[in-house]
Amino acid sequence: MSTASGTNSGASKPASTRAKPANKAEATADWVDGRLGIYSLAKANLRKIFPDHWSFMLGEICLYSFVIIILTGVYLTMFFKPSMAETVYHGSYLPLNGIRMSEAYASTVDISFEIRGGLLIRQIHHWAALVFVAAMFVHMMRVFFTGAFRKPREINWLFGFLLLCLGFFDGFFGYSLPDDLLSGTGIRFMEGAILAVPLVGTYIQMFLFGGEFPGTDIIPRFFTIHVLLIPGIMLGLLVAHLILVFYHKHTQWAGPGKSEKNVVGMPLMPVYMAKAGGFFFLVFGIIAAMSAIATINPVWAYGPYRPDQVSTDAQPDWYMGFAEGLIRFMPGWEISVWGGHTLNLGVFIPLMLFPLVLVAIAVYPFIESWVTGDKREHHILDRPRNAPVRTALGAAWISLYLVLLVGGGNDLFATHLHMSINTITYMVRVGFFVVPVITFFVAKRWCLGLQRRDKDKVLHGRESGIIKRLPHGEFVEVHAALSQDDLHTLTSHEQPEPLELPAETDENGVARKAGVVAKTRTKLSEGFYGEGNQIAKPTSEEYLEITSGHGHH
Amino acid sequence: MKKLSARRRHPLAAVVVLLLALAATGGLYAAFAPAEKAQADSSSQSLAIDEGKKLFAVGCSSCHGLNGQGTSDGPSLVGVGSAAVDFQVATGRMPAQQPGAQVPRKKTVYNQSEIDQLAAYVASLGPGPVVPTPDQYQPSEDKVTNAEQVAKGGELFRTNCAQCHNFAGKGGALTDGKYAPSLEGVDSKHIYEAMQTGPQNMPSFPDTTMPEEQKREIIAYVQNTNDAPNPGGLSLGSLGPFTEGLFSWIFGLGTLIVIAIWVAAHTTKAKKS
Repeated sequence: MSTASGTNSGASKPASTRAKPANKAEATADWVDGRLGIYSLAKANLRKIFPDHWSFMLGEICLYSFVIIILTGVYLTMFFKPSMAETVYHGSYLPLNGIRMSEAYASTVDISFEIRGGLLIRQIHHWAALVFVAAMFVHMMRVFFTGAFRKPREINWLFGFLLLCLGFFDGFFGYSLPDDLLSGTGIRFMEGAILAVPLVGTYIQMFLFGGEFPGTDIIPRFFTIHVLLIPGIMLGLLVAHLILVFYHKHTQWAGPGKSEKNVVGMPLMPVYMAKAGGFFFLVFGIIAAMSAIATINPVWAYGPYRPDQVSTDAQPDWYMGFAEGLIRFMPGWEISVWGGHTLNLGVFIPLMLFPLVLVAIAVYPFIESWVTGDKREHHILDRPRNAPVRTALGAAWISLYLVLLVGGGNDLFATHLHMSINTITYMVRVGFFVVPVITFFVAKRWCLGLQRRDKDKVLHGRESGIIKRLPHGEFVEVHAALSQDDLHTLTSHEQPEPLELPAETDENGVARKAGVVAKTRTKLSEGFYGEGNQIAKPTSEEYLEITSGHGHH
Repeated sequence: MKKLSARRRHPLAAVVVLLLALAATGGLYAAFAPAEKAQADSSSQSLAIDEGKKLFAVGCSSCHGLNGQGTSDGPSLVGVGSAAVDFQVATGRMPAQQPGAQVPRKKTVYNQSEIDQLAAYVASLGPGPVVPTPDQYQPSEDKVTNAEQVAKGGELFRTNCAQCHNFAGKGGALTDGKYAPSLEGVDSKHIYEAMQTGPQNMPSFPDTTMPEEQKREIIAYVQNTNDAPNPGGLSLGSLGPFTEGLFSWIFGLGTLIVIAIWVAAHTTKAKKS
């Protein structure tokens, strides 16, 4: 960065030319700086400016809940036994007395009832995990709807996306570890999905489980993946994610004095150090309060896993709910190919749709930059309404996700809304195709409506709520003109022109045919920025014409 | 034997043989004859059946037929037994309010003596499961034995009941609007009768497949689930991860976002350094 050249000068200065350290603290700091070069690093970064907005703190919630998960997780590993060896329970929870179970389950029950603070820590760990993934989801949507994923942040968007996916899977593996009836059912679900993969499914299943389901290998293996492999990768990605945030500098909302070349806000030290530090404790406090108030995953009530048992309401944690929905709404198609080989489409198709749903949102930044041809850097955020197609696509994706969540919880919707589970499943089947389309059009119209409203506000001012009676008896509402700052904020966004097909003949008059790709791209670009897809923002001529002379209303 | 053979022509010999034969026959008859049926309360039993028949004619016959033989609107009640009547009527399911996927539990219409009369009448139509006595359905009062019953009952419950009624007996969905009802606040007697008779969509668990003792253990487990405090705090309905997800979004993330807005709104001016 800009201060890199100054790094060596401090350290290489001969000690004799320096002033004597004033006190012990300074001497210590000097000692450390001489060895680590902390001073210049701190000088460059401690005063780094961050803009202030609540939505920029969503990522912080993710970070802090991740820290909480790691801290509580370390505590849990001290007491959890990742073993499927059979044991008979004789602990203090009488309703399980004398029941055969795995050591994994027995140790989870012991953590809940014998270890001091164990149940609270377990609940903090699990609640923090749910909040962590939920916060990542909202954080990603914030980045999406404001266009913060645009150049230069596409790679960081992918890092974030990978963190979300890894969060999904680490959550799932953690959910599977206690070996209670619910987690065993979850593993069984996963096994079924693996078996549905054509040709290699059975081989992968045997390899993963070390034999027939459930075997004795799966819990120790999941434990390693859950506490070591995935968190390790996540930690690396997280550091890279944060370094990139520092390197790119934070995006900011449009406003007076803000440009693509500056960042307006407060310095990290002391303002954000204090704010972020305090916010960490607020996040910890809320999650600890949740854990003290409400049970999560009452493993003692589920009982130990046995392959011959199952409980209804067997759902995954919410973030995997859409995968459950895909399976539940899919018709149970099964075909036989090549003389007796079963192709279980009822499970295999959902298994293929599962990554597609996720990838659809991950690749969007690249699709948008290709369609719009916009390769410039962007540090000023878009208001969602000013990018109607992007906003509508994001809303459609969320609606798809929600439809699938409803599908995943169809049994609870059935019992609590007194509906037939079959009706709900049929509705989800139709909704899977129809709801995102409807949401797209509604959200886009909504954005355009908001753009019109902004235009109206700029040209005619804000409704003041004061009713004026004119001499001839007419009532009008007095509109107050907006301040110069507000006018700037409302009109500073750019309105790109749609791409045009290259001329049909080149400068020498030779016919040039546009390819299918170019044509599609032009069509899509038209869909993004063409007529009717954005409301032309007011020009200064319009503004002057309306505001000059006669009083406006 | 000489003495005996010497007296066989005695004039009283025939009388002695006759007496012995009569005693043997009478003794054998007394030993093997079927015991007489206890007829002590026959009059009150037939009175209950008569009263039950009248109640039946008013409240039940429009669907089940005047003689309980069944019509197109309701099944035959021959052989369902008094346990089925006691369960259906005492939980308010019968008389049914309206046709539908399933007849719901509701306020009871008849009092217990009327229910008993109805049960007596229906039981008289053909033999079937009988209303259980408290020592059949009450789990042990003893703390240690009860805890054992709860533990065993939990295992049985998870094997036989949880797939429809959920691990904590909160109920669950079945196909086409049918459902397994919640077991909260259900009388132990009615749980026993339900297992015995298999009402509506429930399979029946007769004593041949699930002995009385196991039924008691299941009842002990259900009672324990309903009454025991939840160690982890609010149970959120014991409905699994679905409600946990809602709680984490609404209470967890919702509160955190409100706090984030509050923190962002309270800021300071940075001093120039």
